[in-house]
Amino acid sequence: MWPILVREFNAFLNSLIAYIVIGVFIITIGLFMWVFPQTSVLEFGFADMSTLFNMAPFVFLFLIPAITMRSFAEEKRNGTIELLFTQPVSDFGIVMGKYLADILLLIISLLPTLIFYYTIYQLGMPLGNIDSAGVAGSYIGLLLLGASFTSIGIFCSSLTDNQIVAFISSVFLSYLSYVGFDYIAGLSFWGSASTFISSLGIDYHYKAMSKGLIDSRDLCYFLTVIVVFVYSTKLVLSSRKW
Amino acid sequence: MSVIVENLTKIYGKQKAIKNISFSVKEGEILGFLGPNGAGKSTTMKIATCFLPPTSGSVKVCGYDVLTQAMDVKKLVGYLPEHNPLYLDMYVHEYLQFIASIQGVPSSKRNNSVKEMIGLCGLEKEQNKKIGQLSKGYRQRVGLAQAMVHNPKVLILDEPTTGLDPNQLIEIRNLIKEIGKQKTVIFSTHIMQEVEQICSRVVIINQGEIVTDDEVKNLQQFRGAYIKIAVQLDKYLDPEIFKQINGVFQVDSAGDLKYVISCKPDHDIRTEIFNLISHQGVAILELKQEEDSLEKVFRQLTQNV
Repeated sequence: MWPILVREFNAFLNSLIAYIVIGVFIITIGLFMWVFPQTSVLEFGFADMSTLFNMAPFVFLFLIPAITMRSFAEEKRNGTIELLFTQPVSDFGIVMGKYLADILLLIISLLPTLIFYYTIYQLGMPLGNIDSAGVAGSYIGLLLLGASFTSIGIFCSSLTDNQIVAFISSVFLSYLSYVGFDYIAGLSFWGSASTFISSLGIDYHYKAMSKGLIDSRDLCYFLTVIVVFVYSTKLVLSSRKW
Repeated sequence: MSVIVENLTKIYGKQKAIKNISFSVKEGEILGFLGPNGAGKSTTMKIATCFLPPTSGSVKVCGYDVLTQAMDVKKLVGYLPEHNPLYLDMYVHEYLQFIASIQGVPSSKRNNSVKEMIGLCGLEKEQNKKIGQLSKGYRQRVGLAQAMVHNPKVLILDEPTTGLDPNQLIEIRNLIKEIGKQKTVIFSTHIMQEVEQICSRVVIINQGEIVTDDEVKNLQQFRGAYIKIAVQLDKYLDPEIFKQINGVFQVDSAGDLKYVISCKPDHDIRTEIFNLISHQGVAILELKQEEDSLEKVFRQLTQNV
């Protein structure tokens, strides 16, 4: 697993992928937080980071499928998957190596936003007037959301040898699991079941976490999503033996 | 026995790619695996390297079963797949390091074994290039280096010599021959001279079935029912005169004072031909036994209608 993680991560660094992901993320979020008047913290006047945590999921929605789309689709197209499958590493090791490399890139792209936290902390009146617990909870929530999108992304990538198909299907599936359930729950005929349906969506749990309250139910929800998709990816790879 | 294939069958959907084949390879043997396109060579190799599961039957590598002990098999086998897939965005050196680490070569020995492979496969000049920048022949060498970097006991090479220029061909053949002294090598090819040069044994497979499993020298003697010898003289000679030699049954004129003499395969008549012609006061410009013997065998065995 480790050699694969290292290789994948080096592949990000050796190509432009890593720099583009980190750059695009920080620039978009930076623009929304400090420049565009509708969402700017400076215009808004409250020392909080809700702009980051509201916008980041939508940026992730496109960035993460772009990172994950190549993970298996490219290997299948180039035939290098045969190489990996004939090395002494389990299918699960291959999936985890790739998954963790993607997560690592995700964490690194999130790190620069800590500067935003520091800035707001300094700008607060009085100094440090920011809900640090809320921010910490939101970061954990955002990380779990990103990890969920990543698991969806590599699952979609394992289904096809075409990167565009992998990209589009993982954007769709991520969007569906992020806010799709909310829209479905909004349909009029569910009655009392609508709360349950919206609780199936990622957004429901993400919002709960950004209040700074780390509830074990939300944690369980995210871990379940991740485990289901990572394991499904492993099943797809192993299906060649059936 | 280092590789044992037993009653192996592979069915893709409705197509039977391999039909109940069995053979085995001894340690230190170089086995040529021949067959026309689509005969099932690659499929057999993919099963032996744990890439595909067999439909029925078994393959054992050094006593480990490919289905139940895949991890052990993968560590013992070095594999060069047919189209030689490589990570084109990696540097040669980096790529070999990656394979060595995934194969569990301890990090202290990794640099040495990578260096050794680079030397063995003649990649010194190219080691700091990206694989994507290399020509096909060099990529093939990277593939070979990759297959051997963890010092496997068994090497499985699927058409290792495609795309090489004549110099590289000879180098790679010598390399395989050299490696074959210590390791078990199974390799597939279309080129018959290659088999005659490197292999000790040949398995010919056709439409999923083994048609021959024999030593190379036995196959060379098989040769259909006759030997052909080509002679070129400096003066005209009545072709009928060759029929005096015991065993000759046909003499064809190939123009330009050339004759093709067909005789029975049981003894070598070249000395007799020489003596006969020199008694007539005619000089021999060329005297040659035709060497397409294995190709002939191959065609006879695989052109079943």
